[in-house]
Amino acid sequence: MVPLMVPASSMSLPVIDLDAATPVPTPTTRPFWDAAREGRLSVQHCDSCSSYLFYPRLACVECGSRRLSWVETSGRATLLSYVIVHMPAPGFEEAAPYTLAIVRLAEGPTMMTNIVGVEPHPENLVLDMNLEVSFENRGGWVVPVFTPVVEAGR
Amino acid sequence: MMAVAIAGAAETALGRLPHLSELDLHVDAALLALADAGLSLEDVDGVTSAVHNPIDVAHALGVRPTWFDGTSVGGTSFLVHVRHAAAAIDAGQADVVLVLHGESRRSTVGRHPRPIPADGMMGQFELPFGVYGPPTMFTLPYLRYAHATGTTLEQLAAVPARQSEWADGNPRAARSTRVDVAEVLASPVIAWPFTKLMCCMVSDGGGALVLTTAERAKDLRRPPVYLWGAGEAGDSPMVSQMPDLTRAETFERSAAAAFREARITVNDVDHLMIYDAFAHVPLYGLEALGFVGRGEAGGFIADGNTAPGGALPLNTNGGGLRYTHTGMYGMFAIQESARQLRGEAYSQVEGVEVSVVQGVGHFFSEAATLVLANQEPA
Repeated sequence: MVPLMVPASSMSLPVIDLDAATPVPTPTTRPFWDAAREGRLSVQHCDSCSSYLFYPRLACVECGSRRLSWVETSGRATLLSYVIVHMPAPGFEEAAPYTLAIVRLAEGPTMMTNIVGVEPHPENLVLDMNLEVSFENRGGWVVPVFTPVVEAGR
Repeated sequence: MMAVAIAGAAETALGRLPHLSELDLHVDAALLALADAGLSLEDVDGVTSAVHNPIDVAHALGVRPTWFDGTSVGGTSFLVHVRHAAAAIDAGQADVVLVLHGESRRSTVGRHPRPIPADGMMGQFELPFGVYGPPTMFTLPYLRYAHATGTTLEQLAAVPARQSEWADGNPRAARSTRVDVAEVLASPVIAWPFTKLMCCMVSDGGGALVLTTAERAKDLRRPPVYLWGAGEAGDSPMVSQMPDLTRAETFERSAAAAFREARITVNDVDHLMIYDAFAHVPLYGLEALGFVGRGEAGGFIADGNTAPGGALPLNTNGGGLRYTHTGMYGMFAIQESARQLRGEAYSQVEGVEVSVVQGVGHFFSEAATLVLANQEPA
């Protein structure tokens, strides 16, 4: 059993049953999940054409190269789009309403995630706002989520 | 130009049908469509179905096919099947093809499982965040679209409101009353900004098409619906990996191929169906197909251009938002197009000669387009 490096956040989604939402890694994706468990958001970088890739691939979708390396991202992202879920998925009943979002990492790739640390209200969720990654332990599984960056001077 | 036609078209009963399994719904639809065409089982040599194996369906029906297609790309599968079947008929590989759909989405009788594997990409990188089916995934790009185009929440709500005018009083429509923008906005929130009436309903039902050569169709009992052109396109199976959240890029490519093959432009189109699982899809579709400019779709619908009496009749059965939605609605969009071209729709539009059907699979992942007409191609 790999020790959990990331404590459950006080602002995490109170997820009660994750049977339906616990990912099962494959050999290609396992480095992503292992890094998440250690509090790092990692993606693949193509050594041939310098593209960043997400989700994890066997070969670069831009150039076909198999020379891919895992790199830690800056953890910075911006908010591309979202919905506020009022009809929750099984296991997420106590979390509703919650924010399901698509974010763009500073390195380029997009990913699905939750916005946590703010009330799920449109006033708090401004498109293009700056976000930073944090990690939540949901039933023993660590997933990357994002919180709004509190800008200095505001 | 293809010389293929829809010679028969029929839908089963719709709504709650606990006495019919999904397999039975395929069979029921097939027999109704063959009767419509005036053909019998022994005329059929090709069968298509989605999710269900076409051989399972053919066997239950009593057909021993020599051509089949089980392409399963969500709700647009049946448009894709029409395209593939037409190519096969054109190539002489098949003579009479049944394109079949049956889904017990509401009663879940004999329902084929549709699992999302936990070790797949959606299972790993979307489900852990509380995704709950299409209402949370298909809707996710919309706020970006609204931000980019200036589309308002009232304009989004106008989509089901305007479509409700077409379904008003139709006994076959699940939602057969008129609703206005305020009622749409006041219905329960499912995934903000989407309310219940901006989401399709869930029903049981089936539908079938009989495809054959245009020559043979002309000798049958019903007016042929000619296929002038068709296209298909695919992109990201995950909404979070869409290249541009503000464009239905798959629609653009499938429609361009269909319009090119049919040698038509948007100005030739009398009637339009855009698969509307959710209220924003017709907005994306009108832009992607080139009927309106960037950011104009919301106002175009809200102003009544697609409603009864408008210049571009759209989703004239009421759509997935008002008429029916079995899960893979594309079959019903084709059926309404065929009805309009044969002059037998509940809300019949005068003088429909060319109709376009735009289908979508999953969450903009797959698209297919059909150009149908009641005259042979020139």
